[in-house]
Amino acid sequence: MPLRSDIKKVLVIGSGPIVIGQAAEFDYAGTQACRALKQEGLEVVLINSNPATIMTDKHMADKIYIEPLTLDVVKRVIEIEKPDSVVSNLGGQTALTLSMQLAESGYLEEHGVKLLGSNPETIHKAEDRQAFKDTMEEIGQPCIPSKVVENLEDAMAFAEEIGYPVIVRPAFTLGGTGGGIAETREELHEIATNGLRLSPITQILVEKCISGWKEVEFEVMRDRKGNVITVCSMENFDPVGVHTGDSIVVAPTVTLADKEYQMLRTAALDIIQALKVEGGCNCQFALKPDSFEYAVIEVNPRVSRSSALASKATGYPIAKVAARIAVGYTLDEIINQVTGKTYACFEPALDYLVVKFPKWPFDKFVYAKKTLGTQMKATGEIMAIAPSFEAGMIKAVRSIELGMDTLTKREFTELSDEQVREKLYDVDVDRAFCVFEALKRGISVDDIHDITKIDKWFIAKLKNLAELEKLLAEGGLTQEKYDLAKKYCYLDSTIERLSGQKLADRNISRRLAVYKMVDTCAAEFSADTPYFYNDFDEENEAKEFIEQHPSDKKKVIVFGSGPIRIGQGIEFDYCSVHCVWTLKEEGCEAIICNNNPETVSTDFDTGTRLYFDPLTKEDVEALIETEKPYGCVVQFGGQTAIKLTKHLTEMGVRILGTQAADIDAAEDRELFDELLEKCNIPRPQGETVFTTEEALKAANKLGYPVLLRPSYVLGGQNMIIAHGDSDVSEYMAIITSHELENPVLIDKYMMGTEVEVDAICDGEDFVIPGIMEHVERAGIHSGDSISIYPSQNLTPHIKKVIIDYTEKLAKALHVIGLVNIQYVVYNHEVYVIEVNPRSSRTVPYISKVTGVPMVDLATKIILGKKLKDMGYTSGLYPNAEYVAVKVPVFSFEKLHDVDNQLGPEMKSTGECLGIAKTFGEAIYKGLTAAGYKFCHPSDGKNPDSPDGTYGVLISVRDSDKNEIIEIASRFEDLGFTVYATGGTASVLNRNMIAANHVYRIHEEQQPNVISLLESGAVSYVVSTSETGRKPSLDSVRMRRKAVERSIVCLTAIDTASALLDCLEANRSIDGVELVDITKI
Amino acid sequence: MIFENKRKAALILADGTVFEGKGFGAEGKTVGEIVFTTAMTGYQETLTDSSYCGQIVTQTFPLIGNYGVNNIDPESKTSAVSGYIVREYCEVPSNFRCEGDLDSYLKSFGIIGICDIDTRRLTRIIRESGVMNGAIISGEFDKDELLKEIKAYKVGEVVPKVSVKEKEIFTAENAKYNVVLMDYGYKYNIRRELVKRGCNVTVMPYNATPEEIKAANPDGIMLSNGPGDPADNVGSIQTLRELVSAKIPTFGICLGHQLLALANGAKTEKLKYGHRGGNQPVKDIARDKTYITSQNHGYAVIGDSVPAEVGAVSHINGNDGTCEGVRYTNAPAFTVQFHPEACGGPHDTSYLFDEFINLMEENKA
Repeated sequence: MPLRSDIKKVLVIGSGPIVIGQAAEFDYAGTQACRALKQEGLEVVLINSNPATIMTDKHMADKIYIEPLTLDVVKRVIEIEKPDSVVSNLGGQTALTLSMQLAESGYLEEHGVKLLGSNPETIHKAEDRQAFKDTMEEIGQPCIPSKVVENLEDAMAFAEEIGYPVIVRPAFTLGGTGGGIAETREELHEIATNGLRLSPITQILVEKCISGWKEVEFEVMRDRKGNVITVCSMENFDPVGVHTGDSIVVAPTVTLADKEYQMLRTAALDIIQALKVEGGCNCQFALKPDSFEYAVIEVNPRVSRSSALASKATGYPIAKVAARIAVGYTLDEIINQVTGKTYACFEPALDYLVVKFPKWPFDKFVYAKKTLGTQMKATGEIMAIAPSFEAGMIKAVRSIELGMDTLTKREFTELSDEQVREKLYDVDVDRAFCVFEALKRGISVDDIHDITKIDKWFIAKLKNLAELEKLLAEGGLTQEKYDLAKKYCYLDSTIERLSGQKLADRNISRRLAVYKMVDTCAAEFSADTPYFYNDFDEENEAKEFIEQHPSDKKKVIVFGSGPIRIGQGIEFDYCSVHCVWTLKEEGCEAIICNNNPETVSTDFDTGTRLYFDPLTKEDVEALIETEKPYGCVVQFGGQTAIKLTKHLTEMGVRILGTQAADIDAAEDRELFDELLEKCNIPRPQGETVFTTEEALKAANKLGYPVLLRPSYVLGGQNMIIAHGDSDVSEYMAIITSHELENPVLIDKYMMGTEVEVDAICDGEDFVIPGIMEHVERAGIHSGDSISIYPSQNLTPHIKKVIIDYTEKLAKALHVIGLVNIQYVVYNHEVYVIEVNPRSSRTVPYISKVTGVPMVDLATKIILGKKLKDMGYTSGLYPNAEYVAVKVPVFSFEKLHDVDNQLGPEMKSTGECLGIAKTFGEAIYKGLTAAGYKFCHPSDGKNPDSPDGTYGVLISVRDSDKNEIIEIASRFEDLGFTVYATGGTASVLNRNMIAANHVYRIHEEQQPNVISLLESGAVSYVVSTSETGRKPSLDSVRMRRKAVERSIVCLTAIDTASALLDCLEANRSIDGVELVDITKI
Repeated sequence: MIFENKRKAALILADGTVFEGKGFGAEGKTVGEIVFTTAMTGYQETLTDSSYCGQIVTQTFPLIGNYGVNNIDPESKTSAVSGYIVREYCEVPSNFRCEGDLDSYLKSFGIIGICDIDTRRLTRIIRESGVMNGAIISGEFDKDELLKEIKAYKVGEVVPKVSVKEKEIFTAENAKYNVVLMDYGYKYNIRRELVKRGCNVTVMPYNATPEEIKAANPDGIMLSNGPGDPADNVGSIQTLRELVSAKIPTFGICLGHQLLALANGAKTEKLKYGHRGGNQPVKDIARDKTYITSQNHGYAVIGDSVPAEVGAVSHINGNDGTCEGVRYTNAPAFTVQFHPEACGGPHDTSYLFDEFINLMEENKA
């Protein structure tokens, strides 16, 4: 039986903002699902607070609500739209939890709404620790000795019973938030307390620690008839103990013999049958390395990060199939799109190995703990497809954008052998690199295994690479050595560097990569999937494919943005995908090259062809050679794609859109200064320096505060505001510890209103869809600021200047396509801070709110169309009738030791949007979506506080002390009890605000800030400090404590003021209008 | 280790294509029919599966030998494959049960192997042209001479090579049934599945007569898998034809399935490149469910050729719709083309052994 006849209108719940543990994979899954449902002729209603996603695009659903993902809002959407069904399993943990709450409270039944995908019983059995254990016991699946507890005493008692170490896993938290391994009673006390608090149902699981076992995952699917299949198996490089999201993962499993493999596969199928999942499900197992003993670690009855990886690794579209199953189809009725001949009821066979490598934010957060455990820390990941593990690792490491092309990490080369051996004990983000260094030092595979418990198979393979590199370094480079290195997918430039010899000098005949197809079936059937990866064989299947599918269309390659990281997120995938769609509409063949398995762009049917490969010069060269494109597009793939511009130009490839020289003019400080001078546009004064000495001199000349940053940055990486010499010295010490290829820029820091525009230009005309104003004054990275469209406080004159400057800059830089410009308005003057001749983070949300399809227009322009001909006139586009407020979302609770004070370096992982008729309502919605809590003392007692009142803790730097008076007084007027540290307290008290003095930590007196925060008395923290970052600082510890306690922590006066506006307006989510953006 | 000068070897196909690679396992020359399996695990089971007799087996998964070899997993006493083709074999295997590496294992059986081959390219050739003869050879060779030999090669009648010569008896604890296992090249796990379910198993040579079989007083007859063209086994087919009237519960797997079909008047055909792997979907028509199965066959029963008066097709392949099973009405018998005994491959259809037990139980009553 195909489509269920009782389903006509479906509500799809998205996963909300990108946070660590819940990222772009749900945009991919959601987009696939929405498309599948629409293809079935169903009316699709979507709710998702994340505006940067493809899934919230007008084509994707019939009704789209970019609204806070809270229970109340979802209920209101159900009441407005009256869908007959809700899909529970496509929007990550967020959607699953909301669905369960809707179902368990009886709400769905009451409103005649069916739950599709996973039913409430399934969700309960998989998510509730005890129910899960009971279910597993019933079907004879072993679990790890564990106990669900709801208080600390029980946790401690159970740990005594099973012995340390134990793992704490809080119930219903994302990516294992608040969990950890406790080796001792003291550690358990801390972790369990934290976990109980973070669990929305105050429940944790205490379990026996089995770290060191192999971790194996199966992605399985089931339909309502009970057909079950496994799509993919995966094995973690890191044994149990490291979150699977933080582990290097290979697919399929490699160290399991058929006996173990089938044992776990059967277990996974038995589990999905027992849970009666209808759709996709992820089963994680721990397998004892020296026996057949295993244990079920976790089951996720929904699509997940692993299912996105499995989809990309095999070519099997899990989310699409899951959506069809949800509406009644069975696996044996759904066609396998890849072969077009066979059905979805089969198991993909791989004839390659996939390596997934996580992308961590620690190149940004220098002081953060890099250790890995049960709590996920990666913001994104890349995938490499290769014929061997060695080649996969080499392709992976150059995709991950750490500036590496082998597994050699420079800082490890400086360690002594003993230090390297010692470092192997650290379970951290660099472990694979440390293993590699150890192998190069001659430490044996067995020794490394004994220390790390990483399976010898992986270590022995890495040893092959160590030996290869040694071989390259010794003696003359021969063709044989070169061929061997190419077999492992080394770049020519790497081979030249490692050997110290030029290929040309050694008469080496160069080899360029060729392409193999990903076809789900290991070539058993002829497939038509336009999905390829490169390696160094003879046969080029991509070339063959192109020859077999001749076309006179223009071929255009779109380069993607690589792994999701802070500063380069899902927005760039949105832009790449839109570009591809428009190219196809315009009659081009759109070819995508990217390496991120979580995204829509790497879905094999997004582009005309997909190349899943690293984005480096040589990889791209092979692609150009195979595709021979008409041109390439780099402006939508963030800095990753922009970096290729120079190489492409050198190869003689046509760049569609803004040219390499102009991109350079915007990024090169001197060229940019010249250009500004020519245009007569002011910028904050600044200088370029290389050494600490020069930096100090420049800073003093400009006058503090100054802004320091390396040139060529994205997301404000390594950017700080220095208030004095010591800040400059500290900063330069960190920066100069890396090789300094590019200089450091020092600018006068102007604390004015920050304004941002995105513009579309065709060389003659330009359109600014909207001017955005930031709530926070300059100094906080634009990605971390609350951004308002349209601007609320700019005078017509200032706007005019901004429009004028935008035009001048766009023309001077010969922008063809998109440009993003950041301005600061300081003392009624407009200064330019930065120009990015490419798409930006704000493009998706501005496109959605203004209705100006920015990427589509830009794409048509780079193909030669003119704005004029498309009905646009130069200048600022008329304001939309709605106000949109973009609020950043952070993942601080997952990153220990990261100072959550906002500054010039970007820290947010995602964003939400609030859309409403008024600014007040829009910001209220935006903050609600981002998880801000609104406490109203006038509503009654604070149940969490010992004295029943709601408190605000204020501790600000001297430069903020004037402005804090008004903030504090507004809190006081709302009925908050004000607490403040020494200096702040005395300023407030002098100004007639009753502030209770609390001690700082180092003052070693009670009550101090920590005990106050722990008491539950404080609902908000306002904290700013001159210097931050170092985790040992008092102010940082206070802010971290607030994060741990989930207390709203505001680190800018302007953010605090915006929050107070909302509190004063005393809004409730029931009172605001919900907006279907398809009607904008 | 990766730089040791491995000896050169070549793979030559009947169409003249030459792949250059490195030799491993035994040295020398071997000619056979080249087939590929898409199974990602279970290479040791594959190597010891007698159904591959006369064939050179290609693994489409590029990394083979990862977990080594042991003395527990083999599916027969020896390896009957004519040769072995992999992209990369693992020199440093890792697994708690590992007792040796693949290279030594092949040597111990005298199997000639070749690695460093683009197995995907090879598979695509076979997929497009159909199964093809070929040879693996170490060192220099005269291509024309070799091609003559390759083209002349025929798998031939291979069941006699892999079947036991004398009957062998395996007893179960608290045995309830006596089963005769007709050995056409049986995989050990068929026997294990039966013994596990309380059957005393008498393994009989392929040429055992109906009288000899009946003399064993079986509650059921198990027809095993095996190599080659089913139609070549004239004697065995005749034996099965004579046994139909005895109404002894019968369960056939793979070659056993084909032989019983031929005995009942159906026909078989050679598939272009067969089904070999652990991911083949098979629909059980009666249950209206699709199961993932382990398969290894180059021939299939033509579904339409099964005479309506003897039985009907019970299973079909989800990919190409070929016949995957027959349920007989003229005798208490059912047969499947795939491998419910798995090893290697999925265990999803092991319920068929339970059905066989039920059939014997019903027949007793």
